[in-house]
Amino acid sequence: MMYTRRGVLALAGALTVAGSASACGVTGGRQDASNRRLRMMIPNSPGGGYDQTGRAAAKTIEDNDLTGRFEIRNVLGASGTVAMQRLLNERGADDLVMTMGLGVVGAVFTNKSKARVSRMTPVARLIEDQEGILVPKDSPFESVDDLVATWKKDPGAVTVGGGSTAGGPDFLFPMQMAKTIGIDPRDVTFISYDGGGPLTTALLGSKIDVGMSGLGEFEGQIADGSLRVLAVSGKERTEMVDAPTLTEGGVDLVFSNWRGVLAPPGISAEQRRYLVDLFTTMHDTEEWREELRRNGWTDNFLTGDEFGDYLQEQDTRVETTLKELGLT
Amino acid sequence: MDLLLEGFQTALTPTNLLFAVIGVLLGTMVGVLPGIGPAMTVALLLPITYNVSPSSAVIMFAGIYYGGMYGGSTTSILLNTPGESSSVVTAIEGNKMAKVGRASQALATAAIGSFVAGTIGTVLLVLLAPTVADVVVKLGAPSYFAIMLLALFAVTAVLGSSKLRGFVSLFLGLAIGLVGTTTGQARLTFGRPQLADGIDIVVVAVAIFAIGEALWVAAHLRRKPLEIIPVGQPWMSREDWGRSWKPWLRGTAYGFPFGALPAGGAEVPTFLSYITERKLSKRPEEFGKGAIEGVAGPEAANNASAAGTLVPLLAIGLPTTATAAVILLALQSYGIQPGPQLFSAEPELVWGLLASLFVANTLLLVLNLPMAPMWAKLLQIPRPYLYAGILFFASLGAYSVNFAAFDLGLLLVFGLLGLAMRRFGLPVLPLIIGVILGPRLEEQLSQALAISQGDVSTLWGEPVAVVVYLVIVLILVGMVASRLRGGNGPSGPGGDPEAGSDASTDRERLSA
Repeated sequence: MMYTRRGVLALAGALTVAGSASACGVTGGRQDASNRRLRMMIPNSPGGGYDQTGRAAAKTIEDNDLTGRFEIRNVLGASGTVAMQRLLNERGADDLVMTMGLGVVGAVFTNKSKARVSRMTPVARLIEDQEGILVPKDSPFESVDDLVATWKKDPGAVTVGGGSTAGGPDFLFPMQMAKTIGIDPRDVTFISYDGGGPLTTALLGSKIDVGMSGLGEFEGQIADGSLRVLAVSGKERTEMVDAPTLTEGGVDLVFSNWRGVLAPPGISAEQRRYLVDLFTTMHDTEEWREELRRNGWTDNFLTGDEFGDYLQEQDTRVETTLKELGLT
Repeated sequence: MDLLLEGFQTALTPTNLLFAVIGVLLGTMVGVLPGIGPAMTVALLLPITYNVSPSSAVIMFAGIYYGGMYGGSTTSILLNTPGESSSVVTAIEGNKMAKVGRASQALATAAIGSFVAGTIGTVLLVLLAPTVADVVVKLGAPSYFAIMLLALFAVTAVLGSSKLRGFVSLFLGLAIGLVGTTTGQARLTFGRPQLADGIDIVVVAVAIFAIGEALWVAAHLRRKPLEIIPVGQPWMSREDWGRSWKPWLRGTAYGFPFGALPAGGAEVPTFLSYITERKLSKRPEEFGKGAIEGVAGPEAANNASAAGTLVPLLAIGLPTTATAAVILLALQSYGIQPGPQLFSAEPELVWGLLASLFVANTLLLVLNLPMAPMWAKLLQIPRPYLYAGILFFASLGAYSVNFAAFDLGLLLVFGLLGLAMRRFGLPVLPLIIGVILGPRLEEQLSQALAISQGDVSTLWGEPVAVVVYLVIVLILVGMVASRLRGGNGPSGPGGDPEAGSDASTDRERLSA
């Protein structure tokens, strides 16, 4: 009797082990490198910036049969902090990536989370988006010089709007610009709007003096002349608008809002190499060129350790900015 | 007019008609499910812009938008489970109607009201889009603050016969609205990042309405005899028509301008419409027990607001809701920029879209009106199964947003609150309004003061704001005057049966 019961238990145990092993095989897809199923987490809602980039990358990878299918999941909450916490919790998961960007780096600080980017495994930086300095049609500011002069005279009197919350790119850019031209970031009057739409409204109605944001959502208003661009934040000018860079305008600041891909911490070197190779191959496809063109994204590819160093640098820089403002 | 006819030619090609049908059906389905809204659906369908012509895609997206506005009402009425924030108010009277066997009429007045409002809204859109858009950007945070304040003021009309209970409910709602980090400070988040973005109104409404009620029924199932829901007339009677048409028109008048305003939205006009109908009704005693006006008005308001949203979107490329923002994204991925030049640059697309809105409205009516009596039969399911189904459905909806168990916990906590509110006779409407208005009021106030750097005089610095404050003062004066004259003011005792009836049935239930 005892023996039989023990036998049944052993059999059940063996079945469980076998079952979980085969389950691992299915999700991890270890057997066939060219046909892995991967999961991608996206830290904002469908249609948002990370979502567009993540889905475009996943589609390119799938269409070129670089691996199996992607299971994409939008994990919302606290500007990406919730998703970062999940990534941290899935330590060692060899089938997970997350699309993220500069905004997530800042959100982790403002939400006082421990899931910092420097703890994750860097895979690749994919694209960058320049920030633009926007003013309404009839604004007194004709150039960056005008803005800098007025801003320095009375820092608080210039109302700056952005399409992100404190810690997001549209917030970090004016703060870093203020610091560069010698204004205490704490004196900046920053108005946070819930995305590009409300920011456009405020600019068109001249409720604020300047708007700082990525230019994609403003193409229509820039084209019909109701909004003007004083400068863009990148190293070089962008084809999208006819505006000088900040450095040309005499402000020594290069700022870019980048997006990239991370993996959970604690994955094997082999798995990391696999992911880096996967996104490198993806980056070289014709479809990806087309996605970049279609979405007006600037290619800014960087992988592995170099991306890791870049993340480290961004992490520190954002932390410094936010610390000065008392936001961490 | 010729342009519109050409638009119909675009909209009525077999392909585009098919896309309109798909859009309307999809929209109705996602409208039904709490958690998944039209914005998310359109976003997930964005990849079709790779393969489909711009007109077809936009026509489908518009169908989803209108369908979503309508679909939410079906579950609101039948299951007390609003699928969208814009149909939360519909549940209040709609579900009461369903309980007395008038589900068909509620569904019908919602369908026809949506059709009427959507059609009028689309006509207004055609007429006004090119001109009105410039005006809406003139309104700033001070004006919105004043408008929201006026709306909050209107809540006093629905506090119920016990002012104390009404205010308790309102402040509970305002407190729930405080959760989040929108001000830069974490408030009431208990260190949970899941709470950082605040609590979704749909989760609160589903929990308070559906979960709260299911728990309440479960708690009383043994002690009370089964109420059989009578099978009513399948169609609207002449009296129902007579009571519905004015609320439809008034709802449209609320919904359209709010939709067109950048910070307007669809929720505020629905409850303003509800409150107005309650005030104007010749039978105020029916409110809280299933008054058809309370369904007709809000349902018209939410569809009209969807039409209004397209005004700034098409005219100046300004998205005022999440769905509009995603539609804008779709247009941009075709290289089309909405704005003043859109009407001349892409006449086929614009007029095709406008014509397809008429088509989508008609489709919604044709698809949904015959379904109303069929849906109403759903309520014949024995109560234990029906409520089990509602619980399952509500949980699925809450879980589907984020696939997080946390949201289910949230649903249960608010469900228990809903149960407690029923037990103690607290009216639910003030709470819902508090959750909707609180955060908006705060956002506009803090934005206005941030721009003016703390100078309070900015609050009456815009003409619209001044006018709205004058209206508030007039209402106040009117209330005080009528109180002095007869002692039975507009919000005086007897003017409102809801809380009273809740409380009295509560007592009956307890003694039973």
